[in-house]
Amino acid sequence: MMKRIVVGIKRVVDYNVRIRIKPDGSGVVLDGVKMSVNPFDEIALEEALRIKERGLAEEVIVATIGPPDCQSQLRTCLAMGADRAVHVLSDAPTEPLTTAHILLKLIEREQPFLVLLGKQAIDEDNGQTGQMLAALWQRPQATFASKIELAEGKAQVTREVDAGLEILEVDLPAVVTVDLRLNEPRYVKLPEIMKAKKKPLESLSLESLGVTPRAHLTTVRVAAPPQRQKGIRVDNAAALVAALKEKGLLPS
Amino acid sequence: MSASILIIAEHDGAALGIGTAKCVACAATVPQAEITIVVCASDASAVARQAAALQGVSRVLTVEHPIHAHPLAAAIAPQIAALAGPYTHVLGPSSTFGKDVMPRIAALLDTAQVSDIMAVEGPHRFRRPIYAGNAIVTVAVPEDTKVVGTVRTASFHAAAAGGTAPIEKVDAPVEPPQHTRFVSTSAATSDRPDLQTAARVISGGRALGSAEAFQMLYQLADKLGAAVGASRAAVDAGYAPNELQVGQTGKIIAPDLYVAVGISGAIQHLTGIKDARTIVAINKDPEAPIFEVADLGLVGDLFEIVPQIEQLL
Ligand SMILES: Cc1cc2nc3c(=O)[nH]c(=O)nc-3n(C[C@H](O)[C@H](O)[C@H](O)COP(=O)(O)OP(=O)(O)OC[C@H]3O[C@@H](n4cnc5c(N)ncnc54)[C@H](O)[C@@H]3O)c2cc1C
Repeated sequence: MMKRIVVGIKRVVDYNVRIRIKPDGSGVVLDGVKMSVNPFDEIALEEALRIKERGLAEEVIVATIGPPDCQSQLRTCLAMGADRAVHVLSDAPTEPLTTAHILLKLIEREQPFLVLLGKQAIDEDNGQTGQMLAALWQRPQATFASKIELAEGKAQVTREVDAGLEILEVDLPAVVTVDLRLNEPRYVKLPEIMKAKKKPLESLSLESLGVTPRAHLTTVRVAAPPQRQKGIRVDNAAALVAALKEKGLLPS
Repeated sequence: MSASILIIAEHDGAALGIGTAKCVACAATVPQAEITIVVCASDASAVARQAAALQGVSRVLTVEHPIHAHPLAAAIAPQIAALAGPYTHVLGPSSTFGKDVMPRIAALLDTAQVSDIMAVEGPHRFRRPIYAGNAIVTVAVPEDTKVVGTVRTASFHAAAAGGTAPIEKVDAPVEPPQHTRFVSTSAATSDRPDLQTAARVISGGRALGSAEAFQMLYQLADKLGAAVGASRAAVDAGYAPNELQVGQTGKIIAPDLYVAVGISGAIQHLTGIKDARTIVAINKDPEAPIFEVADLGLVGDLFEIVPQIEQLL
């Protein structure tokens, strides 16, 4: 059996974009906004590519679920070095649980020894898909990874947790969700972009996978967060300390 | 209909985490809530006592199993899923512990999760931040569906002590899987206040330029009784350890005083400090975005200003 890694990626509003909320409160303006691969997913893909380059995997497959436009993000991933891409078409965004069900179908088909995902997508900031997938697959999960070491049939994963760093050992196959410090993704060079156009990109329908999307949550409204009052400037350290004293913010 | 809420305790085997008391506070804002805390541990006695002492808690359940000596999501989730039947809500803190385990529970219960609950608008209606806190969405869960959620701890004050809930031991409902094993943890031990609960926090950014320069912040922090935080750039550069990172992908904090030193104020950083009562910015660039949210701004070179402040205290 070919040693495969499946990497899940999501098309999201680029992290540099200052988002705008629709006046009717129904959501965030997406028309004409720059879209990119979710930064955490890029790190997941980079890690998969490095594992392959070390000779520990034979094929890296990127998968996404979303509208036809997602192909451009999949092409970026192929240009980074993924071997092939799978696009599951869905015009409506899928909730993490549905996304996990879809990814599980792809896993059953591809039989990877490792599934890498970003720890969260920077649009909805849910941070759920990897853990849900691991639960449905009944396999280990290692979230927030900042280091992954593979051995025969298992992996040691260093996780960024609130207290510091935690190391887990998981049997493979497993789901690992990645944090920012795992690696720095490579830049894509022009020849790679040209080559990526010839790499296989398969489109699948939800029906062909036998998944019916379910929407549990309804969006009631989207609003801007409360704005902070604009503050004042002070001229020097002494004025700052005086102001803090006056506000009662210094220890007595 | 009254709500019956199960909260998953976060703890280190000895002490109950502050996030659990915040979950209790969040749960208490659900009308007519009856609150149960469940403690999964190898020996739950000490933690269960602390949980039982939280005001508003009706009952504490303990599930003891050697595998629960460490908080493994794969081991905890099936226990909770097996116990969750009678409850209308299952909540955990939006800490790395809760973020790890709660979605696994939600999937086993075949339901969605509401992440980072910042306000309860009704038993099935919640507000949560999206896009790094640049938008707030109100979501509704169907009335007949169990709510699984994580609680954005910076949005709630911890429930006070003073309760005397009964503690009930339950047999581990399932035999946890062995495919995930704890190896080690490198928790930095420090005498300084904890970043997540400190009343005052001083954070340094890329401008510090070295781990040595960060010592200057530690000195100032000690004088102020403050915790030290850092921007992602400072952590990535190795000036500060990862557990000090504040922001979208680090810690979300709500101190009385937050001092940002040499931090530009990227949206991913600001999302971690939105709930700070007073924000102070020290930055040599008068146009730095951090000044847009700062209550007190001082334009200048941090290497001059920080020692001056220390002198003045
Ligand atoms: C998906 C994603 C998630 C992220 N999550 C986080 C997160 O959780 N937390 C986080 O912090 N960032 C996060 N970031 C990174 C964020 O976008 C910024 O890159 C980062 O916050 C910048 O850190 P900084 O302000 O220390 O550095 P810079 O942006 O480089 O700012 C340095 C500042 O120091 C000032 N300065 C320089 N010299 C001096 C001096 N001598 N005296 C005074 N001021 C001086 C400069 O004027 C400048 O404003 C994330 C990014 C992405 C893409």
